[in-house]
Amino acid sequence: MPLNNKTQFIEGSRAISLTVANIRPDVVSAYPITPQTHIVEDLAQMKAGGKADFEYLRAESEFAAASIVVGAAAAGSRVYSATSSQGLILMMEVLYNAAGLRLPLVMTVANRAVGAPINIWNDHSDAMAMRDAGWLMLFAENHQEAVDFHVIAYKLAESHNLPVAINVDGFVLTHSYENVIIPGRQEIKKYLPAYKPAPGTYLNPQKPITLGGFFTPEHYWLEKKKLDEDIKRAASDLSRAYRDWKKILPSPISIKPKFDNGLIEYCGPNKPKTILIAMGSVAGTIKETLKTEKDTGLLKIRSFRPFPAQDLRRIIKNCPRIAVLEKAISAGAYGPLYSELIGSLPGYRGISSNHIIGLGGRDVSVATIKKIINSTGKAGLKFW
Amino acid sequence: MEKKHNSHRPLAQPGSSLENKTGSWRTHRPEIDKNLCIGCSRCAKLCPDACIFMKMDKNTKLKAEVDYDYCKGCGICAAECPVKAIKMVKDY
Repeated sequence: MPLNNKTQFIEGSRAISLTVANIRPDVVSAYPITPQTHIVEDLAQMKAGGKADFEYLRAESEFAAASIVVGAAAAGSRVYSATSSQGLILMMEVLYNAAGLRLPLVMTVANRAVGAPINIWNDHSDAMAMRDAGWLMLFAENHQEAVDFHVIAYKLAESHNLPVAINVDGFVLTHSYENVIIPGRQEIKKYLPAYKPAPGTYLNPQKPITLGGFFTPEHYWLEKKKLDEDIKRAASDLSRAYRDWKKILPSPISIKPKFDNGLIEYCGPNKPKTILIAMGSVAGTIKETLKTEKDTGLLKIRSFRPFPAQDLRRIIKNCPRIAVLEKAISAGAYGPLYSELIGSLPGYRGISSNHIIGLGGRDVSVATIKKIINSTGKAGLKFW
Repeated sequence: MEKKHNSHRPLAQPGSSLENKTGSWRTHRPEIDKNLCIGCSRCAKLCPDACIFMKMDKNTKLKAEVDYDYCKGCGICAAECPVKAIKMVKDY
């Protein structure tokens, strides 16, 4: 990794909190939960030390924290929150409301397993619980991507009136140290101007309105259809926003993927025998494995919502074997990513297999990935 | 983003109750017997929708009147009237 004077060697949580402080939200509210704690602890300390000018509201639970930022966003402010696991599940009702009210919330989800049995380590069970809430969902592979996604998320959220969740793997990203470039206030301001909601679209005592009133059966479905259309339409804008941001802040990582449009990234040979599909930090381990596996490619999904079905189809179409590696299981069916991927590949004739890895923080090593690649000749669901 | 996106939010302007007369929700309608009414205004104070108001008649006595545009027919007034001057009658 090339180092320059702007590269810092810092903890993932610290990188995220510094970026959020430079984005300058108006209101921050969160409730501490492992492994998200360091992010909000840092932000609270910045506020206490007079280094940040946002309002920091302490909440009595995640439900309250989410409700506070929903209220603040409805009143026209730029907001931030962060949570994990059980906290995200406690927020669930508010998450649906935030999407239905079309409020530009941005939230970091430090992915962690969901109890019971209680477990504080990383997997994607919590994120998959919120996949139908109507949020945009981005998954970061490394610290730099997590930092970039926060800036891009605000750009998207505020231009589309959609809430965005940035998923970072708990501990793997939040508590590890890596070289990362933190964008400064000036760089961010150039890309992301101060948030000014359109007049008459936010709560204002001088000009009262009702947000998200009662919708009867004649109108409710139209609202849901609009939400679906707008999230799908955000895909091309996410791609453009990613490209624009990369011009301002080039990645410090030297590996250049074959295909990268912001939504997905493909690394590997032009005609792979096997494509591994994964989200989040495990993509880094797979890239390391691919140095010796020349017939295998990696398709990394950055944006789970909107689901980049078309781009995935184009890359997977002619590959004889696909293997979906995911850190979540929809008990009684398949992994959620696998079901959605197969749903978006009508007429695919190759062998597809679903590998459930790293549940509750179970280690995924290069050896595990190699075993998975060797087992892709057989279709079906496998646990590792 | 260069192209201006028409961002959406489900909102409503205030004052819609002037257009939506909610009286059509009721099944029973309160009817006031002006001869029995003693003008105590108990019904007006207890009406949850503020649909009963007191009006002076030509003998300068206070009598209860109902705003049928918004009365939902809950029947609290009839139950609370100390002289049983209010009766709930079918309204459909």
